[in-house]
Amino acid sequence: MSPVLEVHELHKAFGGIKAVNGVSFSVREGEILGIIGPNGCGKSTLFNCILGQLEPTQGTVKLDGRDVTNLRPSALNRLGVSRTFQLLQVFPELSVRENLILAGQEHQGSMLGRLFGARDAGLSGKAAQMIGFFKLGHLADAKAGGLSYGQQKLLDAAMAFMAGPRLVLLDEPAGGVNLTMLGDLKERLRAINAEQGATFVVIEHNMDFVMSLCSRVIVLAEGRMLAEGTPAEVRANPAVIEAYLGH
Amino acid sequence: MSAPATASAARPASRSRLRDGALLALVLGAAILWFAPAGMGRYGTYVLSLWLVMSIAVMGLNLTLGYAGQTSLAQAAFMGLGAYATAILTTTYGVNWYAAFALSGLLTFCIGILLGFPALRVRTHYLAFVTLAFSTLIWLLLRNEQWLTGGVFGIANIRRPGFFGLRLDGALAFHRFLVAVTFILALALWWLVRSPWGRAFMALRENPVRAASLGVDTRAYTLLAFAIGSAYGGFAGALYAPLVEFIDPSPFSLSQSLFLLLMVVAGGSGYLLGPFIGALLGVVLPEWLRFAGSLYLIIFASIVLILLIICPQGVSGLAERGWQALRRGRPAGGAP
Repeated sequence: MSPVLEVHELHKAFGGIKAVNGVSFSVREGEILGIIGPNGCGKSTLFNCILGQLEPTQGTVKLDGRDVTNLRPSALNRLGVSRTFQLLQVFPELSVRENLILAGQEHQGSMLGRLFGARDAGLSGKAAQMIGFFKLGHLADAKAGGLSYGQQKLLDAAMAFMAGPRLVLLDEPAGGVNLTMLGDLKERLRAINAEQGATFVVIEHNMDFVMSLCSRVIVLAEGRMLAEGTPAEVRANPAVIEAYLGH
Repeated sequence: MSAPATASAARPASRSRLRDGALLALVLGAAILWFAPAGMGRYGTYVLSLWLVMSIAVMGLNLTLGYAGQTSLAQAAFMGLGAYATAILTTTYGVNWYAAFALSGLLTFCIGILLGFPALRVRTHYLAFVTLAFSTLIWLLLRNEQWLTGGVFGIANIRRPGFFGLRLDGALAFHRFLVAVTFILALALWWLVRSPWGRAFMALRENPVRAASLGVDTRAYTLLAFAIGSAYGGFAGALYAPLVEFIDPSPFSLSQSLFLLLMVVAGGSGYLLGPFIGALLGVVLPEWLRFAGSLYLIIFASIVLILLIICPQGVSGLAERGWQALRRGRPAGGAP
């Protein structure tokens, strides 16, 4: 099966610092790929280059075989690529429901059609479903800014799935989330992966989370790929233990 | 053990309810203003009419700043463009006022789009600087291009429009015409901010990076918010010209643009009714303070300053806080 995402020889330099230094990998349909590595190894920069947030110095990004390097984030999203951010990124003044509707509305019809169409862009049902799925039912009409950190993380993840994306890049979804919610989150992600066939790329520091969720793991160190393999293989790799896991 | 919802998490998004209440307030307000000038005389009626015209300009700026988070320092310049376009078209070329009104809106919309482009590269502050330069440019144009604008002597004898054969020359008749037009424009904005576009505008204000990652075309929405806001400035100008019947460059200067910005903030930025309150403070309050003579500006500035210290969200924000306090204070069965 052809890969959903192909990253080829990606480089990103900030002045003299090479944050990403020739990374290549591909992600197969329906796969959950983990990306791990110490702080500052270039994980988030890699994400931002793939997603059009940053312009790579060199290299290409392909989605379903189509070159999408340097495509704007909004255009990439409308092609079915969604993401979450390392730091909280919800719209604090909007309610949970409104946040979710916003997350899906730009995929509904034309811009002019949306202006004269339904206020909820026909997404109230889908939003309610997401609210139920991520267990945010009692908070549906609360302002997102008033939610706890963990609840905002769940909302952030729910927003990434509103438009039924093919490929979702999750940047540290487990960061700052308590154990109970972490279990919930993992279970939700697995369910979406299984039911909708969505493909995931997950950056995470929480080893248990990555190793139990992902089918394949890539290890980055100093902007380069250090290792690649199943969680068991990566865990046993001496170079990985030396650079990352051993610390 | 499941995580308990915190008290703050349960805070309801009461703003959406307020916004629906805003429609009722608009209808009631229009009905009251229709009859309000009774016994107020020509000047009183004129002040009320001026308030409505300024409200339209502030409404536009509220969309740009309050909803979409873009700072414009050129709203008075857009108002000037609308006023002069209408005045020149109706007096020199004998164009029907309604056509001139539409053209004024179109002109300011298009200029808004063009002016918005530089703002796409760097946000907020950059747009502020571009509009600052634009504001000065328009003012110089209005003052110096005598062949077109009459320079400092302005343009006189601007006729008021009729309405299906009905003459609107009288102060009361024109006031009622303004009430109707303001109501329609406010209704359009009410529709806009409740639509998915309004949601996208607010997303732009709160987090443009996240909005883009969710497919929101931030470039198109930035331009649209700015252009629609500017068009409201043009509409306000097109109504201002026949209201005062004589225009010169002075009401369209940079200081007036800053004053309009102040009205947005004082009335409550991002609230639908904010512009009416802000314009009331800006237009009617100075009239009420006339007894203070030359001290009026000091008193006016102090009132606004105190208001903003107490509540940075303006009068609307203060009202919202009061309403929430009232709801919390109400003895409810479900209260813990």
